[in-house]
Amino acid sequence: MTTEELKQFISLQVPETVFEEAQFLNAIVDGSKAHAVLKTLREHPETDFDYLFCESGVDWKEFFYVVYHMVSRRHKHTLVLKAKISDRVNPQIESAAYIWKTAEMHELEIFDLFGIKFINHPHLRRLFLDDTWGFPLRKDYVDETNIVSL
Amino acid sequence: MEIDQPAITDTGDFVINMGPQHPSTHGVLHLKVTLNGETIKNIEPHLGYIHRSIEKMSEAASYRNFIYLTSRMDYLSAHMNNQACAMAVEKGLQLEIPPRAKVIRMLMSELTRLASHQLWWAALGLDLGAITPYFLGFRDREEILDIFEETCGARLTMNFNVPGGLMYDIHPNFAGRVKTFLKNFRDHLPEYHQLLTGNIIFEERTKGVGILTPEDAVSFGCTGAVARASGISCDVRKWYPYDGYETVQFEEPIETGCDCYSRYSVRIKEMEQSVKIIEQLIDNIPEGEFQAKTKVVLKVPKGEYYVRVETARGELGVYLVSDGSSNPYRIKYRSPGFSNLSALNTMAKGNKIGDLVAIMATLDLVIPDIDR
Repeated sequence: MTTEELKQFISLQVPETVFEEAQFLNAIVDGSKAHAVLKTLREHPETDFDYLFCESGVDWKEFFYVVYHMVSRRHKHTLVLKAKISDRVNPQIESAAYIWKTAEMHELEIFDLFGIKFINHPHLRRLFLDDTWGFPLRKDYVDETNIVSL
Repeated sequence: MEIDQPAITDTGDFVINMGPQHPSTHGVLHLKVTLNGETIKNIEPHLGYIHRSIEKMSEAASYRNFIYLTSRMDYLSAHMNNQACAMAVEKGLQLEIPPRAKVIRMLMSELTRLASHQLWWAALGLDLGAITPYFLGFRDREEILDIFEETCGARLTMNFNVPGGLMYDIHPNFAGRVKTFLKNFRDHLPEYHQLLTGNIIFEERTKGVGILTPEDAVSFGCTGAVARASGISCDVRKWYPYDGYETVQFEEPIETGCDCYSRYSVRIKEMEQSVKIIEQLIDNIPEGEFQAKTKVVLKVPKGEYYVRVETARGELGVYLVSDGSSNPYRIKYRSPGFSNLSALNTMAKGNKIGDLVAIMATLDLVIPDIDR
């Protein structure tokens, strides 16, 4: 599918999507609608995004993005979907672990370092740090003993 | 912090710890293995023993400095990690690097790949009980590390790439020493096959063990030799060529066995392809500049950039988010070991502990790459 066709396909699912033209096509949707769009993108034969090669979190101070980079090996198109989470006190989004198996471990890492809870994840636990640690990759993380500001 | 009691449940299962201090886990990997007798029911990896928050530190460093932190991620392909980061900054600045720098980067990448695969072969033999491969692999690897030391000043964490090209020019002895090494390595390669490839004990331990179907390989995001052994073509040098790889001739070895023996064969063939690439390039290094002109303080324009390289383990991706200042806003390293490790549970269910060692040895994990 070309960029225009992908834009139309996603706008049919979620009309309020915001598109950006960057290195790949970026589509920004709200966190509550992201799971349904991802499932359709994975299962529909025209899009067939079977390879999720990167899932990451970005903290933009007022909101979070969970960024999904995916590519279709058959159709050879790439898409970046960003799910916007505006709740900073209790951020949560539905898990993509049953759509792509690789999302299970990536989401463990995002939960560990950002604190974003993934609903319906098979076994959400802290991966690198222990339960008493904060969430280090947030921009407002403060640690007087370990971080030295020059 | 909860403490697990190693109790025997009603079904006869018990949980043991493999690692973090274990000779076969190739680093500090802690696996909680649920066993029934000697058969594996479930594996849960616990990470974080070497988590150094490289992503957070990169946000505090400048665009010239964060590259040096990444040599320590996957230390066996340090040159390729640095190349990925330098390429991300060059993509942001829209910088073209001179042809001499491209060819030398390719040569160093292939030498690093050879060194990493030689260490993998050495450790694989040792894990399965053979002692001699360890000495042979390291003997050949020493020649490559001596070449690196003469040109870059360091054996393992070379720090030779900067945004714009290379830090210094290569030593005058470089081409001669590489040619001597290639001749010696070609003479030694039949010894590798003689020791392990046709060995009946090795074949019994690796054939049919650790099956990973092609659909699972794609769903788990596996890249590198792990995916190629299941029939998935995924070499970044072929699909998304970078830094001159479109000009060299080489093949991508693909097997369809999906087991440990296939992963072993793919890596041995990758070594032969690397030798082929080096032979094509070593006599034709173009003259000229080795570094493009750049400002002293780099500022990447606002935006997001994703670059990928093929390390010895698979596809390393660098996702760089920039807000226009002189420090990166967020860098995410998509490490190949992270995705390959997530497939371990599926591969090892139903096998025995001895098979788990063979599976881990052919997965070729480097734990600092997973923990970052």
